[in-house]
Order: sequence, then C-alpha cells, then structure tokens
Amino acid sequence: MFELSDVTYKDILTIDHLRLEKGRVTCIVGESGSGKTTLLRLLNKLISCDRGTITYQGQDILDLDAVLLRRSVVMLPQNPAIYPGNVRDNLAIGLAFAEKLPASDERLRQALAQVNLNKDLDAKSDLLSGGEKQRLALARLMLLEPDVYLLDEPSSALDENTERLIIEALVAAAKDNGKTLIMVTHTRQIAQAYADRTIEISGGRIVSDREARS
Amino acid sequence: MNGIIDLPLWQLVAAYVFVLILLVIVRIKGISREKEILIASVRMTLQLVLTGYLLVAVFGHPSPHYTVLILIAMELFAIFTIIRRTKAKLSIQLKKVIALSMVSGTVTCLLYFLFVVVRISPWYDPQYFIPIAGMIIGNSMTGISLGVARLADGMQTKKHLVEGALMLGATPKMAAKTIVDHAFDAAILPTINSMVGMGIVFLPGMMTGQILSGTSPVTAIEYQIAIMLGILGSVALTVILFVQLGYKTFFNREKQLVNLDD
Repeated sequence: MFELSDVTYKDILTIDHLRLEKGRVTCIVGESGSGKTTLLRLLNKLISCDRGTITYQGQDILDLDAVLLRRSVVMLPQNPAIYPGNVRDNLAIGLAFAEKLPASDERLRQALAQVNLNKDLDAKSDLLSGGEKQRLALARLMLLEPDVYLLDEPSSALDENTERLIIEALVAAAKDNGKTLIMVTHTRQIAQAYADRTIEISGGRIVSDREARS
Repeated sequence: MNGIIDLPLWQLVAAYVFVLILLVIVRIKGISREKEILIASVRMTLQLVLTGYLLVAVFGHPSPHYTVLILIAMELFAIFTIIRRTKAKLSIQLKKVIALSMVSGTVTCLLYFLFVVVRISPWYDPQYFIPIAGMIIGNSMTGISLGVARLADGMQTKKHLVEGALMLGATPKMAAKTIVDHAFDAAILPTINSMVGMGIVFLPGMMTGQILSGTSPVTAIEYQIAIMLGILGSVALTVILFVQLGYKTFFNREKQLVNLDD
C-alpha cells in the first residue's frame, strides 16, 4: 500500500525503507517527539519529505493530487478539529469535505453507536467532553469509509474501558471491510492486543519492527 | 442662498480650541494620549494644506500626466498603509494580492463611475477624477485592511480547523471557506452600516462639503448617492478579489498549509 525509501523530513524523521501492507493493522509506538505523528502527516501528504520517495499503491505521492489522496487516506489527529454547531453538523461536514452524499440521521446515529457515543444529533458539540469530542471525530472519520485510516492516538482522551471498546470496534470494522489501519498509540497493550505489526520509532528512526505472534 | 462664508485664517485657528479642550480633558483624566492627539491634528493640517496647494496647482493646469501620477501615488500610499497597518506577518504573495486587488478593483470602479455614471470630459479632468478616486481608493483601503487582518488572523488562530478539514479530504477552498466569509463580512460591513445610517444618523462628508460650498442639496444628494454606490461597488470588488486570491497564498501547490515562520 505504502512504500517509503530513503525518506528524510528535517531532522525529525529518517526512514531507510518501510513497507506498509494493505488490509493490516499497524501500530506505531515510541516516546513523544520521536517522529510518529510526522510519519502519519507524510502519509496524508500534509507535509512533504525533504528527500526520498513515498509511494501509494505503486505511485509516487508527489504525482498524486493531495485532495484525492487524502480522501482515500484519511487522518485523525490527536486533538481533532470540532467545528461550530451540533453533533449532526460535525458528522455531516466530513462527508461535505470529501464531496460524498449526505447520510441519513439513521446512518449518523449508527456511526455514533459504533464509537459508543450516546449523544443526540442536536447536542451542541462545544459542550462535549474531550473524550466525547475524540469519539465524535472518530465517528466522522468512519462515515467516510476511506481505504486507509491514519489514527494519531485515537484513544488518548478515553478511559481504559472505553478505549478498549472503541479500538475493538475500529479494528473489527477495518478488518471486515478490508481497510488498512495505521495507528499511533502510546498504549503498548493496545498494540499487543490488536496490531498485526508493531513498529517502534525512537529519535526519528525505526528501532524495531515486529509481526504479531499468531 | 446667502452665498458662501469664506473662512479667514483666524476663524480656522479658532477651530483648534476644540483640540485644546480635548487635551485639557485628556490631561485631567490622566489618559496619556496628548502626544498622539497633537501629532494627528498637526499632521492632518499639514497634509490638507499641502493637498490644497497641490489641487489648486493641478486644477489650474489640467494634464493627463498629473492626474495619472496622483492616481498612482494614491494607490501606492493605500497599498503601503494596508501592509503597515496589519499586525500579522504577511507573505510576499499576500502583499502582491493586496496590491493587485486594490489596483484592479478600484481602477475598474473608478473608470466605470467617471465615464459611465458622471461622464467627465476631458477624461482626466482633475476636479472630478481626483476627489472621486480619493473616496473610492480610501474606502477600499479601509475595507481591505479589515479583510487582511481578519483573514491573516483567522488562518493563524483557526489553523487546526483548516488542517483538520484538509486531513478529511477538503480542498483548500472548502477548508478556508468560513475564514474567507468572515473576512469578507468584516471588510464590507462598515460600508453597509454607513449606507444604512446615511441621511438619518449623519450627513456624509462629501455632501456636507458640497452644500457648504454652495451646491444645491439636490445635486449634492445625487452625487452622494452615486458615489456611495461607487464606493460599495469598489469595496465589494476589491475585497472579493482579495479574499478569493488571498486565501490561496496560505496553501502551497501540494495543497498543504504554508508555515509563515519557515
């Protein structure tokens, strides 16, 4: 799916070679400031590498239209943007950005249920807690049904129980639909429990790359 | 009509009594703004006296060269003022957009106004060309100043919303839409508000000036209506051009947000 060769971004990240396969759950772990988020931003083409090449489905991402790439490879940042309005507006805006058809209220409620967010569609989004906002953003992302999910600490504001529930639902949804999931996580237990592959980054370099034991 | 009351120099100086009263109040209240008030009053006087002499000279010897030269000077002054007034850091591209939208928007409206609405002859007649250009450029300058401030500030303070939209597959246009709309509103609202209050809350400066100088109020009002529509058109055109081109300078070819600190 993605292949990175001799990639350098400032003095933050250096990757000699990395291949990320389709339909798998890859977890990226490492201490803060090690370059994990930078890797996701490179894959989402929010930034471009200074040196080296990144290919997506065999094509250099420099040759791909950034907007079309981002509609296929969607990223959820650690502090996701919540837009003014209610829960419905925040779910609908993702579909509008990706120029997809609007979803019915039923479908929107389904997406909320998937992330275990029990909120009315008319609830004001700025009154939600940090964890609820994170789940709302996750539901918005899942509605888009992209080919690749790039998730930066998607459960950082959640308690342990909710975190487990959400990640379980997310991984199941991705696996069932043959989607690729690349997730930065600070929780090694999450990586151990759900990842097909765990990559550890330290000081801007990959220091370990392990397949999950089946 | 009683004719025009000419203002001798000492009567004009008497008007400065108000500045003195203001300075006394400011001093008593302990507001440290004496220097600014004094500088602004002196600067305004000197600028107007110089402009008066310049206009007398230009009106006495109408020439297309002088008219065009003054138009260029007004445009340059307006562009530099907009850039200087903005506190946010502006990229070279955004400065170019400011200049382009100011010149193209104001000149288009000015030409339409002078040659279609007023129909001046000769085309460079400074008595009409210069004051009307001044009003159109001045108001557009204020409009764009407000638009630049709101756009630059919005792109900085709402960066996470813009980038969040890009991550979800939005085009730069979609991602910046709310900020662009707010910038347009901020720029155009003062002109709309001033139109709404005109004639009821206050008499506009140009109309008052014409009436004081002996023109019939009906003629003064006709001119005022025409110039207000010209100003509205020019502010709207310059601001639309500015925001529509301006937001693009915050993104690069790869549709990534440009970091102004780089």
